[in-house]
Amino acid sequence: MEIKKTSLNKLHQSKHAKFVEFAGYEMPIQYSKGIIEEHKFTRSHSGIFDVSHMGQLFIYGDESLTEELEKIFPLDLKNLKQNCSKYSFLMNEDAGIYDDLIITKIEEGYLIILNAACKDKDFEILSNLLGSKFKMNLENNRSLIAIQGPKSVEILSSIINGVDQLNFMTGNWFDSDNQKLFVTRSGYTGEDGFEISISNDKVEKFVENLIEKGAQLIGLGARDTLRLEAGLCLYGHELNINKTPVEANLRWAISKSRLSNGGFIGSKKIMDQIQDGANQIRVGIKPEGRLIAREKTKIFDDTDRQIGEITSGTFGPSVNGPIAMGYVDREFSKVDTKILLEVRGKKHPANVCALPFYKKNYVKGVN
Amino acid sequence: MSEVKFSKEHEWITLEGDVATIGITKHATEMLGDIVFAELPEKGSNVEKDGTAGVVESTKAASDVYTPVSGEVVDTNQSIVDDPAKINEDPEGGAWFFKLKIKDSSELDTLMNKEEYDKFAKETSS
Repeated sequence: MEIKKTSLNKLHQSKHAKFVEFAGYEMPIQYSKGIIEEHKFTRSHSGIFDVSHMGQLFIYGDESLTEELEKIFPLDLKNLKQNCSKYSFLMNEDAGIYDDLIITKIEEGYLIILNAACKDKDFEILSNLLGSKFKMNLENNRSLIAIQGPKSVEILSSIINGVDQLNFMTGNWFDSDNQKLFVTRSGYTGEDGFEISISNDKVEKFVENLIEKGAQLIGLGARDTLRLEAGLCLYGHELNINKTPVEANLRWAISKSRLSNGGFIGSKKIMDQIQDGANQIRVGIKPEGRLIAREKTKIFDDTDRQIGEITSGTFGPSVNGPIAMGYVDREFSKVDTKILLEVRGKKHPANVCALPFYKKNYVKGVN
Repeated sequence: MSEVKFSKEHEWITLEGDVATIGITKHATEMLGDIVFAELPEKGSNVEKDGTAGVVESTKAASDVYTPVSGEVVDTNQSIVDDPAKINEDPEGGAWFFKLKIKDSSELDTLMNKEEYDKFAKETSS
């Protein structure tokens, strides 16, 4: 299959991007300054991320759509206000995760942001579940740009008037340069920031404009270190079809009102696991010293028994040390539990720790 | 000090008497990206030509470091373990990895000179 390119591919090239294939797309892993500089720039200034490979699924409908979607997602969508967003998952009957996603209630229905590697399958699953009653459009004509970091609000509002009035996890349509942009205050770096849905033919100019105002393009490499420091899951690593939201320690994302009545796909398994406890839980892990424990590193207790596995591990530039996430048996999931990580044939000490590794306050209550 | 020689695994080596100093090339650091971890062989241990003699990790991945010649490890550069970013800053100078008392100086004959290595690096990285 031919590799796909986003509308910013030429701009990435002109900024000396190193490319990798990601979910069938040629995506920039880093630019000339490298992952650590890009990471720190995002935390201190403003980083621009091309996330156009992700799926933007518009589903059009009225209250009957809300009812149908509540049978799928563990969310209280009836009480979700227009232009508000929620983090959620598409699950199978065993509560295995097909994808994690952000769903926003918009005037016309819902906008769901899906992972690139999952979006086509998600579309198929949702089409089958919803039938032909609702119009669904997995956008090919719109790009998706994230701008993240403390200077982002100032930079973006100088181009799109009024975005500074958005609260975290809300969005709206805005007019800019004679077109409609959908902007949400959200992101996946642990920083304040925005995601902007913009038509493909306007995106290059828009991003050049952001760069002119002082933001810089950031690659997927720094996106990964940023999200890991923020303790956020990445599909295909922390999450997959064999993991449930309870095991992934994402119970907070399930609306409380839905836990009592269920009625969504996977609800029985989720309620059982909440009652009985999951066998394995996702935790944060800090190796002692400078050792980096990568994905698939085996985790042991002090009696040489394997108790889990690392799902993501790297060096956290803002934490200035190695960080990881992984799944461990429930009895080892308490903060400060001593564990051992097997790297290159030797066992190294590490500690279970609280997430996130790096914390900032999101903007709430602007209005 | 002898002419700097280079291996296909992107190590450089210089010889002074029978003690060789070994590190990784600037080209290697450019391919690896930001280096955040280094592991060195133990002082007093013996390493064999083309065998592993350390590890470097960047933000992206782990890579083995090989020794281009055989010998006994007589010194290691602890400063790059404490501050691995030094490897990106000065890979072919202050950020050397280890020193070996070499067994057989003829092993150096199989290595590349600067011109040959630059050509090799250019060909293999495209």
